Amino acid sequence: MKPHKYTESPVLHLKLDAWRSRAIVVLLMAAMVSLVGRSFYLQVINNDFLQEKGESRYRRDIEVSASRGRITDRNGEVLAISTPMKSIWAIPSDVKLAPDQSRALAQLLDLEQRELNRKLATDRNFVFLQRQIPPDAADRIAALKLPGIHQEKEYRRYYPSGEMTAHIVGFTGVDAKGLEGVELAFQNQLEGKNGSRSVIKDRRGQIVEDVGSIKPPQDGRDIQLALDGKIQYLAFSTLKQTVTDNAAKAGSVVVLDAKSGEVLALANWPTYNPNNRERLSGAQLRNRAVTDTFEPGSTMKPFTAALALEKGKFRFDSLINTAPGKLTIGTATISDAHPHGVLTLAQVIQKSSNVGTAKVAGTFAPKEMWEMFDSVGFGKPPRLGFPGEVGGRLRPYAHWRPIEQATMSYGHGIAVSLVQMARAYSVFATDGELLPLSLTKLPPGPVTGTRIFSPQTVQEVRTMLEMATQPGGTAPKAQVPGYRVAGKTGTAYKIENGVYARKYVASFIGLAPASDPRLVVAVMIDEPSNGRHFGGDVAGPAFSRIMAGALRTLGVPHDAPLNSNLQVAQVVAEPEGM
Amino acid sequence: MPTLINRILNRLSEHLDGPLLVIAGLLLLIGTSTVYSATYTTLSRVPSQILNITTAFAVMWLVARTPPTTLMRFAVPLYVVGLALLVLVFLFGVKVNGARRWLSIGFTRIQPSEIMKIAMPLMLAWYFHKHEAALRLKHYVVAALILAVPFGLIAKQPDLGTAILVGAAGFFVIFFAGLSWKVLVGLLVAGASALPFLWNVLHDYQRKRVLTLLDPSSDPLGAGYHIIQSTIAIGSGGALGKGWLNGTQTHLEFIPERHTDFIFAVFSEEWGLVGNIVLLVLYFLLIGRCLVIATNAPTLFSRLLAAAVTGSFFTCVFVNMGMVSGILPVVGVPLPFMSYGGTALVTFALGLGILMSIQTHRMLVKK
Repeated sequence: MKPHKYTESPVLHLKLDAWRSRAIVVLLMAAMVSLVGRSFYLQVINNDFLQEKGESRYRRDIEVSASRGRITDRNGEVLAISTPMKSIWAIPSDVKLAPDQSRALAQLLDLEQRELNRKLATDRNFVFLQRQIPPDAADRIAALKLPGIHQEKEYRRYYPSGEMTAHIVGFTGVDAKGLEGVELAFQNQLEGKNGSRSVIKDRRGQIVEDVGSIKPPQDGRDIQLALDGKIQYLAFSTLKQTVTDNAAKAGSVVVLDAKSGEVLALANWPTYNPNNRERLSGAQLRNRAVTDTFEPGSTMKPFTAALALEKGKFRFDSLINTAPGKLTIGTATISDAHPHGVLTLAQVIQKSSNVGTAKVAGTFAPKEMWEMFDSVGFGKPPRLGFPGEVGGRLRPYAHWRPIEQATMSYGHGIAVSLVQMARAYSVFATDGELLPLSLTKLPPGPVTGTRIFSPQTVQEVRTMLEMATQPGGTAPKAQVPGYRVAGKTGTAYKIENGVYARKYVASFIGLAPASDPRLVVAVMIDEPSNGRHFGGDVAGPAFSRIMAGALRTLGVPHDAPLNSNLQVAQVVAEPEGM
Repeated sequence: MPTLINRILNRLSEHLDGPLLVIAGLLLLIGTSTVYSATYTTLSRVPSQILNITTAFAVMWLVARTPPTTLMRFAVPLYVVGLALLVLVFLFGVKVNGARRWLSIGFTRIQPSEIMKIAMPLMLAWYFHKHEAALRLKHYVVAALILAVPFGLIAKQPDLGTAILVGAAGFFVIFFAGLSWKVLVGLLVAGASALPFLWNVLHDYQRKRVLTLLDPSSDPLGAGYHIIQSTIAIGSGGALGKGWLNGTQTHLEFIPERHTDFIFAVFSEEWGLVGNIVLLVLYFLLIGRCLVIATNAPTLFSRLLAAAVTGSFFTCVFVNMGMVSGILPVVGVPLPFMSYGGTALVTFALGLGILMSIQTHRMLVKK
């Protein structure tokens, strides 16, 4: 035994058993080796894998929302715009609020404190506390640094022109997808592409560091509509006034640019405020001008006259005997409100004779009449791009009975939408071409349409339509001071449960200035019930106001002396449909 | 003058052991800097840890000056008090998080199982010392009982970490007291055959911890969470580490208990394999020095006590690092001199004090 420092004492020779100490040392070594081995395994062999796993725990690619494109009118007035808002959400299990914090939060969220507590008392991992609050309120919430309360940037869609353009512009849902109108029709262009950025988040999901952008968000494209805000306002307010004055159920107005086919205004009543859609009825939501069909009545007559001229079967002044104001075809009899005797074709239109029109139509083969209806766009959707566009009803000619052909010639037994009707009238505003409609602003330049009638025919029909707004016509109230106006009234019975009821649709469709038409305006009033129900009385004045204002807005030169045509003769009562 | 100061210094440090002091000091330095890294972003625990270190140093200094013979006198009373308190815990303990570990004594709560960490080796060392002359099998049986009762009470609380430490301390005493290797092998075999039975006795959460050790991904958000997070932290440290204060897993708060039981993961992520080896070498030196002291101890009591304290250190280090690096089940055991926490630090300092006392009081025999 080697000598020890304290070997004087024999007691000190007593030592721990050597093998027991050695066993402990071996155990110690083994433990150390296994720990170093484990360390080596984790830090050298598995280093890459674990590093990646570690990174995946804190590195997140978050979505950066893109801004949705704006919708403007043709002059750049904003109709729909996205403003950045914040949505506040929470991980309820992480939320620990002192009473005063809870109070402050509830106030900033604009919530009752009880409501806030109710939202937080959930088993779910995620709950929205309030969506789309203003950025400054969100900043103040962020400043409170509350655990478990998070925010997310969202865009809120705002519609400055509100109910006025509701049906055209439509609206988006809370997930920023278009649900109605242009918002839906142009969803692909308006919607941006969300980008992403890489951030470092801690265990509670709090962003600690912004590493950088991976993919910048692509904002959506702006859409410039053909709509003219001033004309839209005029159309909307006039419509609203007319519906109210006539105690009507509903109404629509469409204003088209006769040169380009652009939709300058489209309004419906009733409407809704797209910024506050809490209580909405289906009636408010309906874009009637596009989605509802009606039997147009007499506004159809010019097409019959045009076909007659085009086919060379009648001339402008061909005489037609409408006496005695009745005509029996098969078992059915059609009649005029007032018997007129012998009329020229022009007068048939001017005075809106059902009998005269039916007699003209009787000379057509069903096929040629059907082809004319089809060529001006009846029976098929106008393809504006709006949701729910209808094509109306145009039955195949093979099954037409003579009486049906006769009634269709003056607008019964055929159903159209107001937009279809307005578009069809564009053939009388051009020199016989049907223009494609456009919701968006077109680049300047001529638009080529489809030729339907010859310029000669159109010129003559336009003259007949002008006569209808003059003394002796059905719609002197549709006149516009300083301009020559061509147009046609329509007063149709509504069909309820398959039979005609004593309810009316009053309409007026016209164009001006008649010398070189710039605009087509179509007005339709559903169920006027305040004594008057004739198209000339109900829709005519509305047409006049809208047309006058729109022409002034566009600065269209006068084509008539300002004080002409003001002398209104006795209004010729318009014949009613069957 | 200088001589006076020197004499006072000598007087003050005469019972301190240089090597132990240096090693423990280095570990505390590393530990405190790691605690800083783990907590400075939220609430730095360094000031209170320094306070803990000061308290622990005072305790160590006091115990080191106390001769082993005096320590021996505390053996029986401390053990009896500790056992009585454990029984009280069993009967009236306060339940926190499903574990009945604390006794409420008005203004605060105490955890009697901590006392047993020191009382157990003291008691057993005293017992063998008393019967040194003629050790029989029955003495080993009595010793086993002295060990088993508190162990059972603590394991029942349940507090497996403390139970393991107390049991290990006791086992080392019995082992060095000369327990026949035949009995040892017999116990091992018995223990192995009792495993299935033991499995049934374990609490659900304990079983879960063992199962998740085998496959942490089976319950990644629950029981496996700790292991997965800490192995990821260690692994992403790599060979050289990410550098002090740069551990992402730590600072993004993915590591649970990062300044206490899982501090090794924080250290390991920031210092890598190199740091781990340095740390292990320090612990190896610490335990080696303890073993030397145990080997040189003059009496059976001091020898067994020193061996038990050494064994406790060893068990603590290995169980903690093994748990954090995912080779042992999750058991709440702190890493000596590294983990934040006053109680643990004072207990470890007490152990150091005992070892220093044993080492420095041998001289008395000579004088």
